[in-house]
Amino acid sequence: MSSAQIEIQLIASLVAIACAIPGTFLVLRKMAMISDAISHSILPGIVIGFFITHDLNSPILILLAALTGIITVILVEYIQKTGLVKEDTAIGLVFPALFSIGVILIAKNANDVHLDVDAVLLGELAFAPFDRLMISGVDVGPKSLWIIGSILLITVSLLFAFFKELKVSTFDKGLAASLGFSPAIIHYGLMSVSSITTVGAFDAVGAILVVALMIAPAATAYLLTTDLKKMLGLAIGFGMFSAIAGYWVAHWLDASIAGSITTVLGLLFFLVYLFAPSKGVIAVLYKEKQQRIEVSLLTFLLHLKNHNEEVERHVNHLNEHINWQKVRSKTVLELALKNNMIIINDSIVSLTEKGDEFTSLAIDYIITNEDSQIEGMKDDFFLFRG
Amino acid sequence: MDIQEYFYLVFSDYTLRTITLGTAVLGAVCGMLGSFAVLRKQSLLGDAISHAALPGIAIAFLITGAKDSNTLLLGALISGLIGTFWIRGIITKTHLKSDTALGLILSLFFGFGMLLLTFIQKQPNANQAGLDKYLFGQAATLVESDVWMMSIVTGICLLVMLVFWKEFKILLFDADYTKTLGFNTKFIDILITSFIVLAIVLGLQTVGVVLMSAMLLAPAAAARQWTNSLAVMVFLAAIFGAFSGVIGTSISASQNNLSTGPVIVLVAAVFVVFSFIFSPSRGLLFKQIRFIKNRRDLELHKTLAFMYNIAETHENISHPHTIKILNNFQGYTKGTLKKLVDKQYVTLQGNMWSLTEEGFKTASNLYNQLIKSDE
Repeated sequence: MSSAQIEIQLIASLVAIACAIPGTFLVLRKMAMISDAISHSILPGIVIGFFITHDLNSPILILLAALTGIITVILVEYIQKTGLVKEDTAIGLVFPALFSIGVILIAKNANDVHLDVDAVLLGELAFAPFDRLMISGVDVGPKSLWIIGSILLITVSLLFAFFKELKVSTFDKGLAASLGFSPAIIHYGLMSVSSITTVGAFDAVGAILVVALMIAPAATAYLLTTDLKKMLGLAIGFGMFSAIAGYWVAHWLDASIAGSITTVLGLLFFLVYLFAPSKGVIAVLYKEKQQRIEVSLLTFLLHLKNHNEEVERHVNHLNEHINWQKVRSKTVLELALKNNMIIINDSIVSLTEKGDEFTSLAIDYIITNEDSQIEGMKDDFFLFRG
Repeated sequence: MDIQEYFYLVFSDYTLRTITLGTAVLGAVCGMLGSFAVLRKQSLLGDAISHAALPGIAIAFLITGAKDSNTLLLGALISGLIGTFWIRGIITKTHLKSDTALGLILSLFFGFGMLLLTFIQKQPNANQAGLDKYLFGQAATLVESDVWMMSIVTGICLLVMLVFWKEFKILLFDADYTKTLGFNTKFIDILITSFIVLAIVLGLQTVGVVLMSAMLLAPAAAARQWTNSLAVMVFLAAIFGAFSGVIGTSISASQNNLSTGPVIVLVAAVFVVFSFIFSPSRGLLFKQIRFIKNRRDLELHKTLAFMYNIAETHENISHPHTIKILNNFQGYTKGTLKKLVDKQYVTLQGNMWSLTEEGFKTASNLYNQLIKSDE
């Protein structure tokens, strides 16, 4: 590995960490699309900043662009408050308009500006090591590394300083307000950090990848845990892993680094989406099927409890009366047998003592409308689940 | 070239006529379908789908190796639909919320598309140049066959919309009721969504991935302000969309260095701002005017009530009082006094006022009515 390669991976990982932290809170606060809006609407800020400073890495430009990001948030909130359109429409109206202004500004001054829209939107990490920061003639490393490093430092110190406040205001705004933390200040603080991170990262990885790095690791982590600290840790881990793996994929394919980091993130999310232990699609589908059978079982047991006459308790009768397909009634019968809730004599089904007890308890719970407690009951009674 | 010359050229110049017609048709179909997106609270779906279409374009190119715009759009359509249904899968099957799902699909698909595009660019195939025009769109590349394609799709959209109008409308406003009536809501839902995806994909070539969502939203958001009827809204949105297309094209054609897509979006944004401010029933301006008028009415009532309290202490209600005693009262201005005189609640004599019979009656009933309306 050459030193340029190490530097690129270092920058990519730092960007991933810097994005994952605000991203986690954005996902939890249901404001993920705001990051998309910010990443587009900082364009006019960058262009105007560039006219003033003529340096894409100048701190003034970053502040100006971050300001545009905050203006976007304020505009969206203002439009939403008028009640004329819904929040998502407000987001969808504001950022394309600001982005268009940016594109037109660039186009009108194309001759004297070294800036094009592709660069802003897509970024190019491969060139990052060539733009070096010189302090009194000494090369101290790539500029992007210093910029994203300082942003990360600020983000991390803010996170440690205000972790409690962030946590409370994310999950319970009312409680946060009554405890004396202003939700508004925390909201705009988070928005500012997101804006600054987006701007700091855009020229290395591009505006769209910033969105991916903010949302995807956090969303992936959210499928695996419901603990905020674990979620933050997992998000950072996923971000760094995709940054480094993505670099090598790009190296191998000779394609855009930003694109391949996103692709790795996408694959990671897809795997977790399918296979996450309790919230993945497969787990959810399995659980739904299990519940469907268990509800059928309960219906079946109730039916048995209500009827003493033999006609109603004949095995074949189930198909006619409760109108189940054959397969389903077979699974339900087998499940009930396995759990010792029924016995079958000459095709006549009757409840065992255990089945009777279970059914009575179940009726109680259904009548008191505390359906959720039925899960605990199932744990007590079931030897085998559906 | 100035605007006048432009309008002359629209009728004589082939390229300009094609582009103008194309953007107009596109604006109309986007406005029409955008109305449904806005009302179904799926505004940002457009943004997500347009980004999600990018890998489809790249893959279609990788497979066919040719830059035929219809094949590329077919690829875009398929990957847009995959994106849409994945978004739906995420929302229904996991506890991730819709904003996260949209942002995820948007950025992940787009990133994958970028990977493929840069991969294609490294291939020794001279054909690949210009694929990236789908990012920002280039109205100038529209040819007559594209416009025909758009018109046909618009025609089909119109036809389907007329046939399924009742179903679309009822699903929009009361999904549960639709289900109880026995309609196949899933089918109608997929139908609307597919048409929205189709409209977005059509627009990619003209305004590009990034700005497509605004094409869909802006005309509909503007139209929403002027009416409460779905039919009128769809019609208005189509007109706003078409005009944004035509005006945007004319502005960008009459200036140097102005790409069409952003200008169209800005024109549409102007429509939105205008509608937000000047719409008679919902607009901010008239809302403010109504607000001020209500406040004036309230002040008028306050003054009248104050006068009533004074007049009450006298045997003769029309006993004149000096205007001066009103001066310290908050709601009192010369204007309100004049209004009271106009309504014949009060008569003026020099600098004295006295309550009329009618004024006294109104004032004594003022609070009764309030109490009644409170109950």
